[in-house]
Amino acid sequence: MKDAAIHVENVSASYRKNTVLEGVTFQVQPGSLTGIVGPNGAGKSTLLKTMLCLHPALTGSVTFFNQPFKKIKKRIGYVPQRGSVDWDFPTNALDVVTMGLYGQIGWLKRPSKEHKQRAWEALKKMGMEEFANRQISQLSGGQQQRVFLARALVQDADIYFMDEPLAGVDAATEQAIMTILKELKMKGKTVMVVHHDLQTVTDYFDHVLFLNGKVIAHGNTNHVFTKENLAKTYGGSIQWVKEGSQHVVHSIE
Amino acid sequence: MTYSAWIIITASLVGLSCGFIGVFLILRKMAMMADAISHTVLLGIVLAFLITEKLSGAPMLIGAIIAGLLTAFLVQWLHSLDIQLHASMGIVFTTLFAIGVILIATSVGNAHLDVQHALMGEITFIPWNTITLPLIGQIPQATALLGATLFVVLFFIVAFYKEWKITSFDPALAASLGIPVLLMHYLFMGLVSITTVASFDAVGAIMVVAMLITPAASAYLWTDRLSYMLILSGGFGVISAIAGYFIAAWIDTSISGSMAFASGLLFIVSFLCSPLHGLLSTYRRSRHRKLSSHTEKA
Amino acid sequence: MWSILLSSNTQWVLASTIILGIAAGLVGSIAYWKKQSLMSDALAHASLPGVVISFLLIGEKNLLILILGAAGSALAGSLFIQWVQSSTRITEDTAMGMVLSIFYGLGIMLLTIANRTAGGNQSGLDSFIFGQAASMVRFDVFTMLGLACLVILVVCLGFKEWKLYLFDASFAKGTGLSLTFMNILYTAVLVTTIVIGIQAVGVILIAALLIIPAVSARYWTHSFRWMLVLAAVFGGASGGIGTFISALGSGWPTGPFIVVTAASFFTISLIFGKERGILVRYIQYKLHQKEVHVRKVNTHPEAKGAK
Repeated sequence: MKDAAIHVENVSASYRKNTVLEGVTFQVQPGSLTGIVGPNGAGKSTLLKTMLCLHPALTGSVTFFNQPFKKIKKRIGYVPQRGSVDWDFPTNALDVVTMGLYGQIGWLKRPSKEHKQRAWEALKKMGMEEFANRQISQLSGGQQQRVFLARALVQDADIYFMDEPLAGVDAATEQAIMTILKELKMKGKTVMVVHHDLQTVTDYFDHVLFLNGKVIAHGNTNHVFTKENLAKTYGGSIQWVKEGSQHVVHSIE
Repeated sequence: MTYSAWIIITASLVGLSCGFIGVFLILRKMAMMADAISHTVLLGIVLAFLITEKLSGAPMLIGAIIAGLLTAFLVQWLHSLDIQLHASMGIVFTTLFAIGVILIATSVGNAHLDVQHALMGEITFIPWNTITLPLIGQIPQATALLGATLFVVLFFIVAFYKEWKITSFDPALAASLGIPVLLMHYLFMGLVSITTVASFDAVGAIMVVAMLITPAASAYLWTDRLSYMLILSGGFGVISAIAGYFIAAWIDTSISGSMAFASGLLFIVSFLCSPLHGLLSTYRRSRHRKLSSHTEKA
Repeated sequence: MWSILLSSNTQWVLASTIILGIAAGLVGSIAYWKKQSLMSDALAHASLPGVVISFLLIGEKNLLILILGAAGSALAGSLFIQWVQSSTRITEDTAMGMVLSIFYGLGIMLLTIANRTAGGNQSGLDSFIFGQAASMVRFDVFTMLGLACLVILVVCLGFKEWKLYLFDASFAKGTGLSLTFMNILYTAVLVTTIVIGIQAVGVILIAALLIIPAVSARYWTHSFRWMLVLAAVFGGASGGIGTFISALGSGWPTGPFIVVTAASFFTISLIFGKERGILVRYIQYKLHQKEVHVRKVNTHPEAKGAK
């Protein structure tokens, strides 16, 4: 337990008067691939942002390999929601990927040939090399998401946070992204992904974190992804829960 | 050097500095912040004048930077108290500007500092007010100030080019990479302030907004590359400035007004004719698409 | 000092700026919820060329005609903003900034020409930039009063339609309210308020009278009805007090004093406002933090979620 990759202790956060997160506590082991699921407004994005110090925490502490975020920034990669940036920005795909290296390049220096090469390789890994010089607004939603993922890869971090990387992408992109995520896990990286599609949770993630303001359940997908926990998280009001949980039970067997 | 040559040089310097800064203004979606700062800088100048009793370079610049940063800070603060961004700007800049105007009207007197002058700019007076610099010799004060401003602006843009790019495109990623997003924001606001105040003499408070935003917006329609956009925007700024001067000379009217107007004409040309994002080419492309889909069906 | 108040001209001017303030507070509240606070600023600047052109055409200063000109060019500006933003990737913010400064530049070009032509200097067109309520003649005052009352009437009579239009446009459409009509009506009252305001407050600062009272009102109430009432009160009071102060000095511009008065009301509201004023908010935050803290201790912080 001591060498947890991520240690979140009693984190609370609020937007104005509304408490979005309350007493969130969990630990994530290195080399795990965790899906964060929960209904809309459950605080999934807020949790990521709070962990990355992009949103102030009311209480609690977050450490990565027993160190605070500030000290370990460079080993953490973050893939924000695709909608969080303006895709009309005058730049191309390769350039966006190179941005992932800006922290390493340092002040007053330009990206070198080598940096560009690394960025290009990351794009290639995502099957996007032929779009390297394409203006980003001319990419499809799935392609934009791949660019974002390539940008995270090039950071070569140890811990990755991704906010709905599979939202609104085509099937091919979804497969490509999942292949990369599993590859990252194989390499011993720790990955946390906000996920919205309950149908695929068991196939994609080895750990799952049910979130609805607080942690409802967290652990190995095979053990935790149950009817009861789904009902607790989603309030049992969703039609899907009934049919889907059977599928889940089935897959556990 | 001749009188008109100095005016043209001064105007071009305004066009260049404003053009460069403007690119990041519109990419950061802060065009109206330029409007706000250009107004509040007046308060900074008035206060600097009241304290030093002189209208000269250094105190004016310092006053302007303080006023500009104060504006940026207050807007940010009000916005964080969940007042809409535009409403926060509207509150801050009108109030600070009103205080500036009241100070001029009540305590400064119209003898030294003229609101009209500050608002309209009076580029025709610039060549008369000269200073002697080592190496260069005698040059107009406002021109020297603008030259220095251009140097500062260029230095910061070139030195922190990739930081400007990333903080404009994806501030969340920039923050997670350890780039001080907030510091960059205030540094940028400082650059906007000094560009504005240096351009004051030449084009005044409101027309400087035209010089800041319009060339950059025009350039945004011509290219998808940030570096080209910067070059184009600077170029458009110079063209607007010079064209404005000649329009004004031709029909004998306000030079600064004409510069703003010329930048508008240039935008309309870009808006209609740019091969990349202009109306005509978009129209032609959509027609082309329609036609080709027709033929496919046939 | 009080003798100024006794002059009948001052009384009329005072009445007109109070009514103007009320109208601006009401329309400003609508603009705030349409998230178009700075649009009023852009349109005010955009009205300048229209004012000067109609002056150049008729050769004298007739407020009604100038207002028509102002309305015409403000509308042209708003259409241009719409057009640029809908047909290119340029954002509304940028389009507004361009229209504001370019139209204003054109206005200044024309104003310079107007001032050069005979009689131009007496036209008092310069007062359109900062506002000079004291320079208004009786006819101007009546024009202003009439139009401002009309605006107030339109806002008050259509109260529930405005409410629907602002908060749930799609539902409003379902109930048979024409959104196009409401949009036109909105633009009409906004432009009218702006153009009657520029005589008293000036093109640069009229936006303040639309923005500040509306935002101040938000600090006291959650109800749209009370927001309108309070914004009208703040606006009217700012107009009246500002005009009064500016009348104390010779040649003091009206606009800035009105704005500073409005800003004082805002500052008071921001700090002491009963809804989300800074004081209230601070107290709430402290209570909240304590509450979370207490709950945390009570629930015994075991690593409950972790495996």
